[in-house]
Amino acid sequence: MCLATPAKIKSINKLKAIVDFGGVTKEISLGVLSNVKKGDYVLIHAGFAIGKVKQQEAKDIKNALKELEDVFKYKD
Amino acid sequence: MSSNIKIKLMEVCGTHTMAIARSGIKKLLPESIELISGPGCPVCVTPQHDIDKAIAVAKLEDVIMTTFGDMIRVPGSRGTLSEAKMHGADVRVVYSCMDTLTIAKKNPKKKIVFMGVGFETTSPTIAATIKEAKRQGIKNFFVLSNFKCLFPALETIASSKKIGVDGFICPGHVSVITGTHAYEAVARRYKKPCVITGFEDMDILKGIKRLAEKIRDNSYNVEVEYKRVVKKNGNPKARNVLNAVFKPHDSDWRGIGEIKKSGLVFRKEYRDFDADREFNIKIPKPAPQKGCLCGEVLQGIKSPKDCKLFRKACTPKRPIGPCMVSAEGTCAAYYKYES
Repeated sequence: MCLATPAKIKSINKLKAIVDFGGVTKEISLGVLSNVKKGDYVLIHAGFAIGKVKQQEAKDIKNALKELEDVFKYKD
Repeated sequence: MSSNIKIKLMEVCGTHTMAIARSGIKKLLPESIELISGPGCPVCVTPQHDIDKAIAVAKLEDVIMTTFGDMIRVPGSRGTLSEAKMHGADVRVVYSCMDTLTIAKKNPKKKIVFMGVGFETTSPTIAATIKEAKRQGIKNFFVLSNFKCLFPALETIASSKKIGVDGFICPGHVSVITGTHAYEAVARRYKKPCVITGFEDMDILKGIKRLAEKIRDNSYNVEVEYKRVVKKNGNPKARNVLNAVFKPHDSDWRGIGEIKKSGLVFRKEYRDFDADREFNIKIPKPAPQKGCLCGEVLQGIKSPKDCKLFRKACTPKRPIGPCMVSAEGTCAAYYKYES
């Protein structure tokens, strides 16, 4: 039940934010997390951002995905 | 590690229960390491009596009840919220408790009651919703507080010689909120190392390896293997929001019984949102279910395979106990992944 999914913050309006789950966007609440800004990766649980995902980790994942894309590019 | 040492590790998170069952990790481990499941599913530990009460509230004429999808099929002694809906009660599943406020604003003549369940990951989000309702002056929104605090239960298990756990695989997302401090007491006082892990197979394997090493080295401390999201201090804002609205109170856990200060009740500043106070429903406590071993399964004393009802009278289609109903229940995990 404590499932949480990482998403990227696209915009912030007071205690609400639009986040991007890799293409799917959704409005979530920032009511239990402070010090977040546009571009941060956050963990979403039940419509709330509950924690920040460390930037380096997010970058590593992003780089891994980029490398994966490159694998298929070479195949062409 | 010497092969004649046997260790028993417990995971206390439904998502871990499912991840371990799905990955087949149990079968890959050496015989010296036994993995058991603890009370990691908040839906499963909600007593029948609390579900009966929620159903009684849902059936009231002027009530719309909302809850999370995990809760709707869990049986009390007189059926489920889903069945109450079939018989005409207005029960709605929401993604976020905040959605309940939208329903409240659209239905000003109705009382909107959120059936609240969850551990420390979830309860701050409900507290934040209650604060927002107060800020907006919403008067027709109420919460049934069936929230559970994981750490008093962990201490109960850690102190039990009957269960005999040597270390804990700790839940990643509860820890995002609580941080590591709350585990220190369990690790030091009861000499049970704790490792907080993520949910990928490799995260869990790494956690098991670190626990085995800690037990070998008599190192009774807390370690984070899910560093990408878990900070030592957790999420202080979430804890502050939670503590502003709720305070700890003794609470019943299904199959386990009362655990001191393991539940949450409203502080007086927010009691206008307390559904228990608003509706004051009194119903008798049901007699314990016969044959169902969910209580023992939730404590890791028995395996689902020890239960005579498992796979026979009790299946995901016709569940008897909560561990089979919840998608993250131990019995559901065994049913789906273990032959």
